[in-house]
Amino acid sequence: MRIFLHELRAELRLYTRSKELAFFTFLLPIIFFVLLGSVYGGGDRIKGYRAPDYLLTGMLGYGVAATAFSGLAIVLVIRRETGVLKRLRATPLPAHVYITAVLLTSLIAFAIEAVFLIALGMLMFDAAFPKSVASVVVALLLGGATFAVLGIGVSGLVRRAEGASAVITALYLPLSFISGAFFSQQHFPIWLKKIADVLPLTYFIDLMGAVMLRGVQLWDRPEDVAVIAAWGLVGAVLARRFFRWVPYEG
Amino acid sequence: MAPAVLVQDLRKTYGEVQALRGVSFEIAAGEIFGMLGPNGAGKTTTVEILEGYRPRNGGTVEVLGTDPATAGLDWRERIGVVLQSTSLYETLTVDENLALFAGYYSRPRSIDEVVELVGLEEKRTSPVRVLSGGQKRRLDLGLALVGDPEVLFLDEPTTGFDPEARRRAWDTIGSLRQLGKTILLTTHYLEEAERLSDRVAVLSEGEIVALGPPSELTSHLPATEIRYRRDGEEVVLHTEEPTRVLHELTEEALRDGRDLEGLEVRRASLEDVYLALMKRGEE
Repeated sequence: MRIFLHELRAELRLYTRSKELAFFTFLLPIIFFVLLGSVYGGGDRIKGYRAPDYLLTGMLGYGVAATAFSGLAIVLVIRRETGVLKRLRATPLPAHVYITAVLLTSLIAFAIEAVFLIALGMLMFDAAFPKSVASVVVALLLGGATFAVLGIGVSGLVRRAEGASAVITALYLPLSFISGAFFSQQHFPIWLKKIADVLPLTYFIDLMGAVMLRGVQLWDRPEDVAVIAAWGLVGAVLARRFFRWVPYEG
Repeated sequence: MAPAVLVQDLRKTYGEVQALRGVSFEIAAGEIFGMLGPNGAGKTTTVEILEGYRPRNGGTVEVLGTDPATAGLDWRERIGVVLQSTSLYETLTVDENLALFAGYYSRPRSIDEVVELVGLEEKRTSPVRVLSGGQKRRLDLGLALVGDPEVLFLDEPTTGFDPEARRRAWDTIGSLRQLGKTILLTTHYLEEAERLSDRVAVLSEGEIVALGPPSELTSHLPATEIRYRRDGEEVVLHTEEPTRVLHELTEEALRDGRDLEGLEVRRASLEDVYLALMKRGEE
């Protein structure tokens, strides 16, 4: 436990020291929220919700992809390719302690971001206070953990540090679009809707809408929860198969 | 006393390529053991098997009485590793890097002491990214020392250094001798191996082609080498009687009114042994 807290503290410090991470994974969702929120009027409606309310759920979805997924994946690729992970392997720091600390750090970052987004929505755009607070918290944690595990899995597939952030952004940014983080999927062509229907972020944003805006409880949305958890499992399988401590050589 | 490192008939293949073809050596506790060889000779493969990173295809390996392939966290408490390339947290300061790694060990060495050992007193609060290459490499060494390990693996610790930085690193590594550390050092600098090591193994194409104290390795070569040019052609003589041979040479040259162009007289060094061994390998 002592070594876990030691590592967690260090990971939080490392997170705050990285300007790139702070901007791309933390600030960008907030900036997008302010911009898009200002474009849509309070009278516009998306999927039956007030536009700013819907955007808030969309930005929480974009935020979870940016912070938990891409931030974590980029950090792990860079640490692996610069030999930091390899060096850690030679110390008595247990692997599961390290992975848990890294994962929890991105969950904490995402939690802070979620609080920011919700507060910003209420202050700037009159967004409603979340209806089922407990369900919102659990849903955010479920989403955060799922995308963080996916981030660990995908990190093993990116072979080089150079361009890692471009590759990972090219992955999660279009996925966020397709999943309806920035606007409604209503007018999507069928083929795009078909893609959206299998993406975890679609279900996460849908779930956030239900628990935040309609006061539905988590257990009333088993389909959303199941699909998100299934993607978490996919992430775990990828992580088990592809995560590595040692750089790809040559 | 049991050796700190024991390697017997170590074999490793990468696909069709035999990277190690039966390497054997022992390192006594407190010994500094140098492993010398050109790139691709198998130095890093050997070290990484000993560090527990790579599996082997055959042979016996023990570090502190434990097989690295199956060793646990207790064993990692007792070893220190400097990898071939620098690996540090660039955004943390020198002190923060050291404190972070110190926290992984149950009995770490004090950070003040480590900072002094690696000569980074002036840089303690500087973020790593502003350090020079040599300073980063010394911090690498500091991170390997902070757990107060019994055995240290240094894989090419001074590659890419300028001569001044290399000399400073040698002083630091030399001072570890007083701490009684067992050190396995790989290098492709002959002078480095000669300066630091109690014993040197010369590795070529996955085999040890020479093993012994640097002084012993040079002893089977004639002690002195004399070089000069005659009609533009290089002449090299090896001799046990430099005084007599030189006298004859200079006498003859004076008599003929010639000059001994580019005359050089020097003791045989590890480099000569090394070059002789590498040449033999090519034939």
